[in-house]
Amino acid sequence: MKMPEPDREVIERRAAIATALREIVPGEGVIDDLDERRAYEADGLTAYQTIPMLVVLPETTEQISRILRYCHEEGIKVVPRGAGTSLSGGALPLEDGVLLGLAKLNRVLDIDYDNRCAVVQPGVTNLAVTQAVSGEGFYYAPDPSSQIACTIGGNIAENSGGVHCLKYGLTTNNVLGLEVVLIDGEVFRIGGKHLDAEGYDLLGLLTGSEGLLAVVTEVTVRILRAPETARAVLIGFPTSEDAGACVSAVIGAGIIPGGMEMMDRPAIKAAEEFVEAGYPLDAGALLIVELDGPETEVDDLIARVEGIARKHNALTTRISENEEERERFWAGRKAAFPAIGRISPDYYCMDGTIPRHQLPKVLARMNELSEDYGLRVANVFHAGDGNLHPLILYDANEPGELEKAEKFGADILRLCVEVGGVLTGEHGVGVEKRDLMGAMFSEEDLNQQQRLKCAFDPASLLNPGKVFPTLHRCAELGRVHIHGGKTRFPDIPRF
Amino acid sequence: MTTTLKPETADQVREAVQWAGGNETPLEVVGSGSKRAFGRPTDLAYTLELRALTGISLYEPEELVLSAAAGTPLAEIERALAGANQQLDFEPPDFRRLLGIDDGGGRGGTLGGAIACNFSGPRRIKAGAARDHFLGFKAISGRGEDFKSGGRVVKNVTGYDLSKLMAGSWGTLGVMTEVTVKVLPAAEKTRTVLVMGADLTAAVEAMTVALRSPYDVSGAAHLPAGLTGTSEVSYVREAGGAVTAVRIEGPGPSVEYRCEVLRRELGRFGQTEELHGMNSSLFWAEVRDLIPFAGAGDRRIVWRISIPPQSAPAVVDRLAGRAGADTLLDWGGGLVWLAVEAADDAAFDEVRAVVAETGGHATLIRAAEEIRAAVPVFQPQADAVAALSRRIKAGLDPLGVLNPGRMYAGV
Repeated sequence: MKMPEPDREVIERRAAIATALREIVPGEGVIDDLDERRAYEADGLTAYQTIPMLVVLPETTEQISRILRYCHEEGIKVVPRGAGTSLSGGALPLEDGVLLGLAKLNRVLDIDYDNRCAVVQPGVTNLAVTQAVSGEGFYYAPDPSSQIACTIGGNIAENSGGVHCLKYGLTTNNVLGLEVVLIDGEVFRIGGKHLDAEGYDLLGLLTGSEGLLAVVTEVTVRILRAPETARAVLIGFPTSEDAGACVSAVIGAGIIPGGMEMMDRPAIKAAEEFVEAGYPLDAGALLIVELDGPETEVDDLIARVEGIARKHNALTTRISENEEERERFWAGRKAAFPAIGRISPDYYCMDGTIPRHQLPKVLARMNELSEDYGLRVANVFHAGDGNLHPLILYDANEPGELEKAEKFGADILRLCVEVGGVLTGEHGVGVEKRDLMGAMFSEEDLNQQQRLKCAFDPASLLNPGKVFPTLHRCAELGRVHIHGGKTRFPDIPRF
Repeated sequence: MTTTLKPETADQVREAVQWAGGNETPLEVVGSGSKRAFGRPTDLAYTLELRALTGISLYEPEELVLSAAAGTPLAEIERALAGANQQLDFEPPDFRRLLGIDDGGGRGGTLGGAIACNFSGPRRIKAGAARDHFLGFKAISGRGEDFKSGGRVVKNVTGYDLSKLMAGSWGTLGVMTEVTVKVLPAAEKTRTVLVMGADLTAAVEAMTVALRSPYDVSGAAHLPAGLTGTSEVSYVREAGGAVTAVRIEGPGPSVEYRCEVLRRELGRFGQTEELHGMNSSLFWAEVRDLIPFAGAGDRRIVWRISIPPQSAPAVVDRLAGRAGADTLLDWGGGLVWLAVEAADDAAFDEVRAVVAETGGHATLIRAAEEIRAAVPVFQPQADAVAALSRRIKAGLDPLGVLNPGRMYAGV
C-alpha cells in the first residue's frame, strides 16, 4: 500500500509545529513523545502502522478550528481520529501529519425527548448515546459491532451500520444536524433539530466521507422509542442456499425484521464453541431473525416466519422465551469475530455487499478461492441487506500468508462488484480498498468525487492517501474540456 | 420563445449537455414539469425535458429495489409497485393542484423529479425522506460526461455518497438519466386516530405523546377548524372544529392493538374517532398534497417551514395572526405549512426571522413568478455554506449550464 510521499520539510519542522500546537492546546493536549505516539500508530486495521508526526487532543471546537487553520496555513496534513476502531485504515496516521484525536470531546450536550433527538460531541461512544436515553425507553438505532468503543464522530465519517440497518437505517438516515470545521478553520452548522437540512445535502455528503472533507465537532442524532418487545428466532438450515431463499421469502411476504443475520457452518461452530449460544451444530447455515414491536405483532410475525422457514427446509427452530435468551442468541453472532480469532492466529474481515439472490454463486466461488489460496474462510452475513463479512483465516507469522489473505480478500470484493454489489457495505474504503476503487468506478466517476474534495479541501490536507487510488491536483480536475465542443445543434426530438 | 429538447436516450441527454456546454447556453432541466411553478424561475431559451426518457429497467420485489429511467412517471412506478404490494415509502407528494398546474387528474411527476427535489410526505417522520430511499444513479455532468454513484444495494459506503447530494439539488449538479431506489412492502393495514377540537398547543402535545410512544406512528398532522371543510373524508369535513390525526400502519392485529391504546391515551385531548382503510388513505393524500390550500380560487402565498416540532406553537402564534393566514401542521409539528395573502409582502422578512430563531428553514412554495424572481425562495444560507455550495456547483457544472439560478442566484 503506497501512501503519499512524506514531506521531509514538514517533518524537520516537527518541534516548531509542536510548540505552535501547544499554544492552541495547552498542557497535555499535544503528544510529542515517541512511545506515547506509538499508541496511535494503527486503527482496527492493524496490518498497517505508521507513527504520527504529532498527536493533538483538543477539547473545544475553537481549538479544532485554530489547529486546522494553522495546519492549513502551514501546509501540514491532518488525520482525524475518533476511537480508532476503523476496519479499513481510515484513521491510519501519516509520518508527516498531525493526528487530530477527538476523544476528549465526549459530552452529551442535550437530550430532547419531545423533539426526539440528542445533541452530542463527536467523541461520545455509540453505545453511550443509547445508554443516555434508555431510561426514558429510547435508543439510537445504528449499532455497529464496535459500539462499546466507536465514537459518533467516527460513525459519521464511516456512515456506520450494524445489525438493525434493514429496518432502521444506517448512520446517514439517523443524523439530523452537524457542526463541522473546514480545513481552513471555518466553522459552520448544517441541519439541527428539524428534518431535511436545506440547500445541497451536505449532511448526506459529509456522512461517510471518511474524514476527507471536514472535521465533525457536534452531532444531532435522531433517537427512537424502543419497541415494546423484541424476540429472536434461531433457524438452522441444511445449506446456505436454503437460508438465503428463506430470507427472500420473508421479505417477499412483506415482513421487514428488526434484524436478520446469517452464519455459515465454520462461523456457527466457532461461535458456539466460544459462547455456547445454543446454535445447532448440525446446520449448514443459521439464521437469526429478530422481530420487534407490540407483543401481538411479534407473535403474529414469528408464526409467519416459522411457516416460511419450514417451507425452506428448516432443520431446527428456536424462539427466544425471554430477554436473557434473546441476548444469548445474539451473543454468538456478536462474538463471531473474536470466536474466529480463537481458531486462527489471525483473520482478515471483509465487507462487501451483494444483491441477495447472488449469495449461492458468491459462496460457491468463495469456496473455490478458499481452496486455490489454501486459506479457510468463515462467513457472517447481514442477510436482510446483503452485506457479507467473509473472515479469511491466516497466520501472519507464516511468510507470505498476509499477502495471500489480502489477495483473496481483493478477489472476493471484485466478485461482489461483478455480481452487482459494492466494495464496502459499512467498513469504509480507507487505505484497505483504495486501490480497488477502479473495479467499481470509472475514472470520471472518481474525478467527480475528487472535485467535491476540492470544494472542501483544495490543498488535500485532510486525511490524504485514503479512498482515492490516484490523487489529481484540483487545478487539473477543474479544467473544462467539452467533448467534441459541438456547436451543431444535436439531433434530438424538440418542440 | 423556448425550445424544448426531449431526449429519449441517455446518449441524447449527453449530446444535449455537450451542445449546451460547447455553446455556453444554459438549459432548464425538468422532468415532466409538475413542480415547475416552484423555485426560482429560470427564464432560459432552452429546456431539457426528460419525460421521454422512461422505463423501469429493474424491479426485484424480494430485494426491495427498483431502477428506472429518470423520466419514468411516478404513476407507472407506483402501478408496478402496487402489483407486488410495495410502495415508495417516502410518499412523494403531488403539488400540481397546489401550484395550479393543469394535471389532467391521476398521479403527476416523474421518479427523477421526485428525487431531484427531495420532497417527502407525511411518512417522512418514520420512513425518512426521498434521499433516504435513493440508492444510486447514472447522470450526465455539467461537463457533458457520464458519471455514476451508489448502486443497487442499501448497505454501501464505497466513496462519497453522491446520491445524497443529487437528491434535493434541483437538477443543478447533473442530469440524472437512471435512478435506483429502495422500495418497501405496503402496510397490510392502515388506521388513523382523529382527535377532535384540540387547539394548536394541545394538538402538538397530543402528537408528541403519540410520537414518543412505542406505537410506531407513521403520520401526525393537525388541521385547524378552518381547513377541514374541503376534505373528502366526511369525519373530517363535518368535524366542526380542528382535527388532529395520527396514523398507524402495519400487520392487522398490531394496528388494531396500537390504535386502541393510542385512542385511550389521546382521549384526554378531545373526543376521538377512527378512520379505516379508504378514508385513511384519502385523508393522508390530502395532507401530502396540501389540498386544503389548493382550492380553485386560492392564490395565497404558501410557505413550507421545517422546524423542531416543539417550536410549532410559538412559530404559528407569531405568524398566523396575519390577515387571511392559515396554517396546517404535519410531521408532528415539525412541518408547518403557512398560507398568507398574495399581497402580504411584509410576511417575507417576518417568516424568515421567526423561523431562523428555531434553527429551521422556510421555503417559498407558491408565489407569483415575479415574487419568486425577486426574493430568495430557499432560506438564505450562512456565508460559509453559501460559498461551499458555489464551489460544489463550480466543480460539477463549471460552465453553469444546468438549471442555473434555480435554487440560489449564482448556483
